[in-house]
Amino acid sequence: MAMEDEAAEKNVMCLLTDPEDAPLGKSLYLPQHTGTQQLQQIVNQLLNNEDKVPYTFYIADKELNQSLGEYAEKNKISVEKVLKIVYQPQAVFRIRPVNRCSATIAGHSEAVLSVAFSPDGRQLASGSGDTTVRLWDLNTQTPLHTCSGHKNWVLCIAWSADGKYLVSGSKSGELQCWDPQTGKPAGNPLTGHKKWITGISWEPVHLSAPCRRFVSAGKDGDARIWDITLKKCVICLSGHTLAITCVKWGGDGFIYTGSQDCTIKVWETTQGKLIRELKGHGHWVNSLALSTEYVLRTGAYDHTGKQYSSPEEMKKVALERYNKMKGKAPERLVSGSDDFTMFLWEPFVSKQPKARMTGHQQLVNHVYFSPDGQWIASASFDRSVRIWNGTTGKFFGVLRGHVGAVYQISWAADSRLLLSASKDSTLKVWDIKTMKLKQDLPGHADEVYAVDWSPDGEKVASGGKDRVLKLWMG
Amino acid sequence: MPQGDYIDLHRKRYGYRPDHFERKRKKEAREVHKRSEIAQKALGIKGKMFAKKRYAEKALMKKTLAMHEESSTRHKVDDDVHEGAVPTYLLDRDNTTRAKTLSNSIKQKRKEKAGKWEVPLPKVRPVAEDEMFKVLRTGKRKTKQWKRMITKATFVGPGFTRKPPKYERFIRPSGLRFTKAHVTHPELKCTFNLEIIGVKKNPNGQMYTSLGVLTKGTIIEVNVSELGLVTPNGKVVWGKYAQVTNNPENDGCVNAVLLV
Repeated sequence: MAMEDEAAEKNVMCLLTDPEDAPLGKSLYLPQHTGTQQLQQIVNQLLNNEDKVPYTFYIADKELNQSLGEYAEKNKISVEKVLKIVYQPQAVFRIRPVNRCSATIAGHSEAVLSVAFSPDGRQLASGSGDTTVRLWDLNTQTPLHTCSGHKNWVLCIAWSADGKYLVSGSKSGELQCWDPQTGKPAGNPLTGHKKWITGISWEPVHLSAPCRRFVSAGKDGDARIWDITLKKCVICLSGHTLAITCVKWGGDGFIYTGSQDCTIKVWETTQGKLIRELKGHGHWVNSLALSTEYVLRTGAYDHTGKQYSSPEEMKKVALERYNKMKGKAPERLVSGSDDFTMFLWEPFVSKQPKARMTGHQQLVNHVYFSPDGQWIASASFDRSVRIWNGTTGKFFGVLRGHVGAVYQISWAADSRLLLSASKDSTLKVWDIKTMKLKQDLPGHADEVYAVDWSPDGEKVASGGKDRVLKLWMG
Repeated sequence: MPQGDYIDLHRKRYGYRPDHFERKRKKEAREVHKRSEIAQKALGIKGKMFAKKRYAEKALMKKTLAMHEESSTRHKVDDDVHEGAVPTYLLDRDNTTRAKTLSNSIKQKRKEKAGKWEVPLPKVRPVAEDEMFKVLRTGKRKTKQWKRMITKATFVGPGFTRKPPKYERFIRPSGLRFTKAHVTHPELKCTFNLEIIGVKKNPNGQMYTSLGVLTKGTIIEVNVSELGLVTPNGKVVWGKYAQVTNNPENDGCVNAVLLV
């Protein structure tokens, strides 16, 4: 009896909140021996989840991995105060970390500059300095089609979110649309850019299906919206005074462009009007990332590998996925810059940045939101990858291990693993939970320029200066 | 006021002579004839000098003409495909040239085992012992002749302590000691001043290797950590081999070429 009384006294007043600070019910008295598993049950109960979703819990931005009592004792938490516990839903599936090279496919006769899996993860394309785009057969791990037609280096490639088209941009400023089934060009090259193409982004599938429009950014400072069925430039977005480095088509139907003139501009897509200008960076903006980017990229396809027959169905599913991912919060944008900092913006709430993320000692080359939007990863030339909280922008941890500049990063679909490609010719897989190196993947003979983790999580493709495409598997 | 300025002042005040431009035009028209006359008449050194001057003038004129021509004709910029493709995020950055990754580090190891080298200087002049060493006479009556002084440049490791003079058979003069070498990277075509780590092989014999003698053709190991080379496994390389290409004892410096 006395024991029970004691236990009752040692309850902790807790308030469960979601990552956006919205409380889940009233604050609860939880016994001290409550661990993460019990908390998971409580949250699942309170949210009336039919399938049990795994959660992780954070108190003051630190992950909780012991019972509440132990935590309170360790950190000297007053029992009288309400303890705020943030719960984060985790992916119900797990991606196996890649640990071996399953194939090294030669074919390109110059450096591989970009690789991309199709949104359903069944096709793979790569663009190279030998002016060709190549499509690869993932089942037999052999070259499938060679698409030649460009006159100069193929700098960027992008799949449409329904997987029907592949667009590539070259250094001579022309764009070419390909049919991935046959490897033949779909129409003539699209010309208009006066200098090389720096980025391509498709209109999200939940806004229009089938995919028709995409936006391309050029070194000449213009971004152009193209229509694939009309085969011409619909709108030219000009306003940047220097080269555009990165372009993203957001889920709300706006286009974000980051430029070397230190600004980020937000454009509306029906008439091409400039609606917002985000200033703050002191040097080039190198990379942009949206919190919903992964959903926009994969469209209707998720980890189950389901196929859709009609565009309408696809659009419906994609919209569902997008809304689920976005939640109630507005879309967030993160920008990485040459001034060694990053900014977190909420472009529809304010013109001012939500947070400034400092810590890198060299320029930030690539930023990427995790698929669930919980983390931001940033790759920098200071040889480190840093992880930041995706909602608040607070620093979470640093991943060190590369001996050369980190060029590109890619998330696994379950947001538990991160892959980084570096100048030191290796790929590294990092575990976000432990913030440790999970797997070192040597094998490339030279700098790795491009890396992509397939959306179904099975494979990783990487390409670099040594001209081979490597496929990695778990 | 300088003499020439009076004419300027006058021109400012009263303008040019009415026939000034006419005269000028005629003078210029006559100029070619005059020059050709000189060219035909000038003999000997004067003729040579004149021809040389005219040649330089003409070459310069041709160059400027070509330059003007280029700016007026339109042509596509940068149409041909260049070697060494880089992704967009590196296009605007002027990359510091960097050594290629050592994809052949395994090969290098194998070579090391076999003791065979494919080196820039495959053959070296054998150095005779009496050229390499100078006999020092020691003892009170200078009758003992067991001490040798090395007449070539040497590398002496940082942890070296001398033996007591009584037992010191070989003397490596401190004036001929080197710790740094000018190492050329054959692919980058640039030279770095790198620290010597050790002497790997002196082609004249094992003894010279252990003494650290630097002659032409010697393989030395240099510290390349500044160059930022990486192995295929993504580790920084810090020691690499280089071959000495000059005679350090004559030149007062060590020049070497990196073995890639």
